[in-house]
Amino acid sequence: MHQVEIATTQETLLDSPEMVLNMGPQHPSTHGVLRIILKLDGETVIDLDCDIGYLHRGMEKIAENRMYTMIAPYWDRLDYIAAVSNGLVWVETVEQMMGLEVPPRAHYLRTILTELNRIASHLLWLATHALDIGAVTVLLWALREREEILKIFERQFGARLTCHAWRVGGMPNDAYDDFQSDVRRFSNNFPKRLDEYETVLSENRIWLSRTVGIGVISAEDAIAIGLSGPSLRGSGVAWDIRKARPYAAYADMDFDIPLGENGDTYDRYLVRLEEMRQARRIIDQALEKLPDGPVNAKLPKIVKPPVGDYYHSIEGPKGEIGCYLVSDGTAQPWRVRVRPPSLINLQALKQLCLGHLVADVVAIIGTLDIVLGEIDR
Amino acid sequence: MLLFAPIDFIDQLLLKAGLDPQTINYVIWPFLQIGLLVTVVALWVAYATYLERKISAFMQARLGPMRVGPWGLLQPIADGIKLLTKEDFIPDKADRWIFFFAPYIAVAAAFIVFSVIPFGPDWAVITDINIGVLFVLAVSSVGVLALILAGWSSNSKYSLLGALRSSAQMVSYEVGMGLSLIGALMFARTLSLSGIVTAQGSDSIWFVLYQPVGFLIFLVSGIAENNRAPFDLPEAESELVAGFHTEYSGFRWSLFFMAEYAAMVIVSALAVTLYLGGWYFPLVYRLTEARGYHNLYVIVSLLVFITKLLIVLYLYFWLRWTLPRFRYDQLMDIGWKWLIPSALINIALSGLAIFLLQALDGWRGFKLIDSLSGGLNLTASGKALMILFGVLGLFITGMLLARINWRSRDFNLKSQRRSIRTVNLPQGQPAVPASAKG
Repeated sequence: MHQVEIATTQETLLDSPEMVLNMGPQHPSTHGVLRIILKLDGETVIDLDCDIGYLHRGMEKIAENRMYTMIAPYWDRLDYIAAVSNGLVWVETVEQMMGLEVPPRAHYLRTILTELNRIASHLLWLATHALDIGAVTVLLWALREREEILKIFERQFGARLTCHAWRVGGMPNDAYDDFQSDVRRFSNNFPKRLDEYETVLSENRIWLSRTVGIGVISAEDAIAIGLSGPSLRGSGVAWDIRKARPYAAYADMDFDIPLGENGDTYDRYLVRLEEMRQARRIIDQALEKLPDGPVNAKLPKIVKPPVGDYYHSIEGPKGEIGCYLVSDGTAQPWRVRVRPPSLINLQALKQLCLGHLVADVVAIIGTLDIVLGEIDR
Repeated sequence: MLLFAPIDFIDQLLLKAGLDPQTINYVIWPFLQIGLLVTVVALWVAYATYLERKISAFMQARLGPMRVGPWGLLQPIADGIKLLTKEDFIPDKADRWIFFFAPYIAVAAAFIVFSVIPFGPDWAVITDINIGVLFVLAVSSVGVLALILAGWSSNSKYSLLGALRSSAQMVSYEVGMGLSLIGALMFARTLSLSGIVTAQGSDSIWFVLYQPVGFLIFLVSGIAENNRAPFDLPEAESELVAGFHTEYSGFRWSLFFMAEYAAMVIVSALAVTLYLGGWYFPLVYRLTEARGYHNLYVIVSLLVFITKLLIVLYLYFWLRWTLPRFRYDQLMDIGWKWLIPSALINIALSGLAIFLLQALDGWRGFKLIDSLSGGLNLTASGKALMILFGVLGLFITGMLLARINWRSRDFNLKSQRRSIRTVNLPQGQPAVPASAKG
């Protein structure tokens, strides 16, 4: 991959029909430090190669040298846009391996806060996706709503982005005093704002001409590549871990799964918008049913899961976040492996982009909703 | 008028210095006017950025520049100082001379055009040449050259792609733009920009009423010609980083920036001059010039012009912060499949309308045409008829365009808008999903 010749001089530019364009790692719309080497004929993409690893921090190796409870903050830095969901997959894996019984109130609060995080992540996706296609104003509107969520996070966890939201066995502390009213206020205002984005984008003919029929992937191909999350559901596959293997308090919630039809960028856009509406529905229900009681389970002094291996996954905003954990019975894991949805969704990039124009590559990167922190780990 | 005493005073002074009146009129005054104009335009460009930032902030629920000076009013000046004092950086592999000169071509092409724009009557015009419209089109298209040279000499692929896009875009949109003007020129019967304003003034009408189709085509192709959103492909920052000026920084970059904003003002000024009556506004002449206040007349007309200009500019900003960006091939589609055919249809329809008007004039005692001296002067019933033709033209053009383009993919996008379905699965679906397609 690294042998692709990128130093082309002006003389050969005139002679050769192809042009190799190095997009990133410093590029405004590769969503981080993704490097894409495009082979272009005019502006049409005829070949494409991704170069990743610029943000590699060795998370999985670090985890082998930490106590179980100390690993959780690292997990926030995987997909830093959805730190709450990432943290949840780690603590739930450890809890389930140890057979810990988490109090129901903690489960409900986890549901509310991960759904809020899903909305925040989708809002950031909408903002950057629209920006990539050229609609700048949507960026600031979406960030305005995201700010409301981040304020709730700040009051609850003490941090806005990398929250370190959970502890093994429950939560560090109960919801703050105004938590319910804050969340209610947000969830009351939110649908109106979402409709605003829809008026700007959904029927805008430029938006339609930029997204309809761009980056089409069939349901079979999507399953074969291993897509998950909204990218998979955009192709019409009804697969959602919240329904299939319910975790936290999702078993008690009533919500729908939005499905696209053609698997193009526009369908994925609609699916994510509808997911935000459903997330709000879940939040409302969870607030309605929120039980009283403790938020922490009784925990041994040192967390030591039994010898064995375990895989647990949750439905993150970008897809299936999985965690495979091998324990040798000591206080530190023997091996940890993350299933990063962004990395696996990124595999579809080449198939989606071939034959499209440079401008579409940007739109397709946006629609896959990748975060490099998770891809490189 | 006390305000204009200095003008006579300078005249007297120059005469006393022994210069003959011809030198004063044709050398000294133009230089003074040019100097004033360049200063004003440069300042204007700086404050247009301020305006744009404030307007975008207003649309995006934020404040915009607030820190430098009251309400951030000194922000453009701070930006200017920053840009001027930055290092003049030329990339190692760039073609130095071309890289060096390209921004000057851009800014010169944009500024020269200002010399023929009639900002107001009398002394508010620098030169009134009788081929004004052609001059504007010719000189402003030299600006493309600067873009191509800049993109090529930077020796960067993003710049090159930006330059390629911009050359293709400007060439194709210039055709539509030039064709769209012909309809208005048929009514004005002159190519002089002042003449066009006078024609609208003496006819007491704005040509946008006769030429709604032409006006729309002109606006769209003008925005595209200026590389403004939603047609800002040459500098699409999310794809090409910054397009043709990726490698430029500091002063040279600010020259491109100035050229872009100046070009924007020029196209708006052309739209105002050709379609919105220029500095002409009802009652202004009657209340000022007719009562002997000549300089007041010029100043009020100037203000009228600037107000109209700002309205058109606001449209530019509005569109930029609302719409997503077109793709390269879609942009070409719009240029060649929609704008150029509709401009041609517009020419045919306008010609037909004027022909009908002349044929009907005098038939059964109808009086439609007043005179043909300063443009086409129509009577009230003639005007009503022409406005009717204009509105009919909108429909006819729309129908013909639909006929031409009904097979194209972009024709009816709204019908392609789909809604998604939602399913409510039972809890604990089996781990292997049943493909729910169909």
